[in-house]
Amino acid sequence: MTLQSDMAAPADERRTTSLRARIFAPTALQKMLAFTSLILLLIFFSFASPAFMQMDNILGILQATAVNGVLAIASTFVIITGGIDLSVGTLMTFTAVICGVFLTYWHLPMWVGIVAAIATGALCGTVSGTLTAKMKIPPFIATLGMMLLLKGLSLVVSVDKPIYFTDTENFYMISQDSLIGYFLPSVPIPNAVLILFVLAIVSSIALNRTALGRYTFALGSNEEAVRLSGVNVDRWKICIYGVGGAICGIAGLLMASRLNSAQPALGQGYELEAIAAVVIGGTSLSGGAGTILGTIIGAFIMSVLTNGLRIMSVAQEWQIVVTGLIIILAVYADILRRKKS
Amino acid sequence: MSKTKLIGIAVGVAALFGTIGVAQADEPYIPLISKGFQHQFWQAVKAGAEQSAKENKVRITFEGPETEAMVDKQVDMLSAALAKKPQALGIAALDSKAEIPLLKRAQNSKIPVIAFDSGVDSDIPLTTCATDNLAAAALAADKMADLIGNAGDVGVIVHDQTSRTGIDRRDGFLNEMKAKHPNIKIVSVQYGGGDHLKSAEIAKAMIQANPNIKGIFGANEGSAEGAAIGVKESGKKLVLIGYDSGKEQKEDITSGLMAGAITQNPVGIGKCVVESAVKALKGEKLPKKVDTGFYWYDKSNMNDPKIAAVLYD
Repeated sequence: MTLQSDMAAPADERRTTSLRARIFAPTALQKMLAFTSLILLLIFFSFASPAFMQMDNILGILQATAVNGVLAIASTFVIITGGIDLSVGTLMTFTAVICGVFLTYWHLPMWVGIVAAIATGALCGTVSGTLTAKMKIPPFIATLGMMLLLKGLSLVVSVDKPIYFTDTENFYMISQDSLIGYFLPSVPIPNAVLILFVLAIVSSIALNRTALGRYTFALGSNEEAVRLSGVNVDRWKICIYGVGGAICGIAGLLMASRLNSAQPALGQGYELEAIAAVVIGGTSLSGGAGTILGTIIGAFIMSVLTNGLRIMSVAQEWQIVVTGLIIILAVYADILRRKKS
Repeated sequence: MSKTKLIGIAVGVAALFGTIGVAQADEPYIPLISKGFQHQFWQAVKAGAEQSAKENKVRITFEGPETEAMVDKQVDMLSAALAKKPQALGIAALDSKAEIPLLKRAQNSKIPVIAFDSGVDSDIPLTTCATDNLAAAALAADKMADLIGNAGDVGVIVHDQTSRTGIDRRDGFLNEMKAKHPNIKIVSVQYGGGDHLKSAEIAKAMIQANPNIKGIFGANEGSAEGAAIGVKESGKKLVLIGYDSGKEQKEDITSGLMAGAITQNPVGIGKCVVESAVKALKGEKLPKKVDTGFYWYDKSNMNDPKIAAVLYD
């Protein structure tokens, strides 16, 4: 019953119901909860330490959110279908390594490296999707396999060494430079964050206004019903995993550009942070419901929390404990919401 | 709903821990950004740093990412540390090239930077407190050669193939064997992420695949202790040489399962960072590099006060 109603809310009712109903719709409420939590955290940390609300630190938080935010967007698509993608972290790394091979080893122009990273991501995502859709391997296992496979391939391709982008002069600008800073020198928001927000808007539109988005929700709500209504379910599923993969390619570029190197051993564990952001943002792990805005807020809650605790010099062991608590609380809030609706 | 309440509680809990740190803000503050925090080695570095901080009346924090691959997490930690406007900074860079922009920022704000454990490829750090890992691993190779009679098959288990310490210890060991002990054949070099269980499986597989294997070198605490578990489970008699200390490794050496190990001086590294930072704050000149030293230890000298002082549980 929850599956049906959740699916209906974002897809169809949105256009017909009143503003009031939309704000108090279950997903909207969850989003507001997450948003309120984020604001409370910001207020709390500003009082706790004068170093928190400083421009340098805000920029640090934004920069720290960019990669996880992009990975979380990729995960949101897959999780809404009721699937899971455990390979997002190592796929990110693999795309960064491929980009390094194109730019540093083969000295190709920068745009070729960018296209290569995104295309590699899309290709690997498509493979994950095919394993799940055509070969009927459960997504958890299929993407777990891909996670390890890609981790290994990153090490193989890079010969275990970081690939530096020192030959590609402007590569660092993708993430570290600030386009906004040229117009507003007082707020030099790094490009990585700009890319995160643009991607979030595009993804949100794709999810709510396109066939791809409609099928993403439909697959998560009732895959069998979609199949019976004559839709090529497999094709859409592969497509969604492919889109997720392409987005991981963007994350790979941001990461590589930020570190000015492709670090081949990086990436494992990042999928869990992305999933945590998605869940905190109110997307249901059972599929059928979720929003990009929620995911972005979830990603910011994670990074504000990490940064704030650091700024307060809380012992690192306790930082991890608190982060774990927050994730549990967020999911519990989601369960409470489901019971009510 | 109740979520906000609950988050309020969680944040309150955090505040409780936070106040401890905020309370004594008048002492000079020196954050140490490490490569890790939960390994015994890093805890020993931390202990040394804390000891020295107490003596010199400075306040320190000690942080590091969960694995040595997480370069970006370390960059975030560095960025947060700088936001706290510290008086000096200690850094064990995972990838120094990735961290230079932030270190430059520290330099521009006249914050003295002290590198530890491994160097930074730039002239920003005033000094580097570190072990010469190449020389230390070469010593392990010489000891191995002695113990197996200068000939035979040897395997190597390293924590990872990308970190500076991983590369230096592996190459230090392999190069020494090639240069001075040509009759010793390295049959396998494997990577276990410093994970006990993975390293144990690797050791067992190595023994299975090379029945004539005479020795294994584990290049860090996790690799060595894991290898010891693998050797014990397989029941094979061979010469096992470890790196760093830790309770298990010390016990394995006492019981004879492990022939001996190389120890660095982590407590000394920690002390060196804080002392150098304090000296820098006083305007004293620092040497370009401080070699904090390494030692070979085995059953015979484990209780020697000089060795016992640098070992940790």
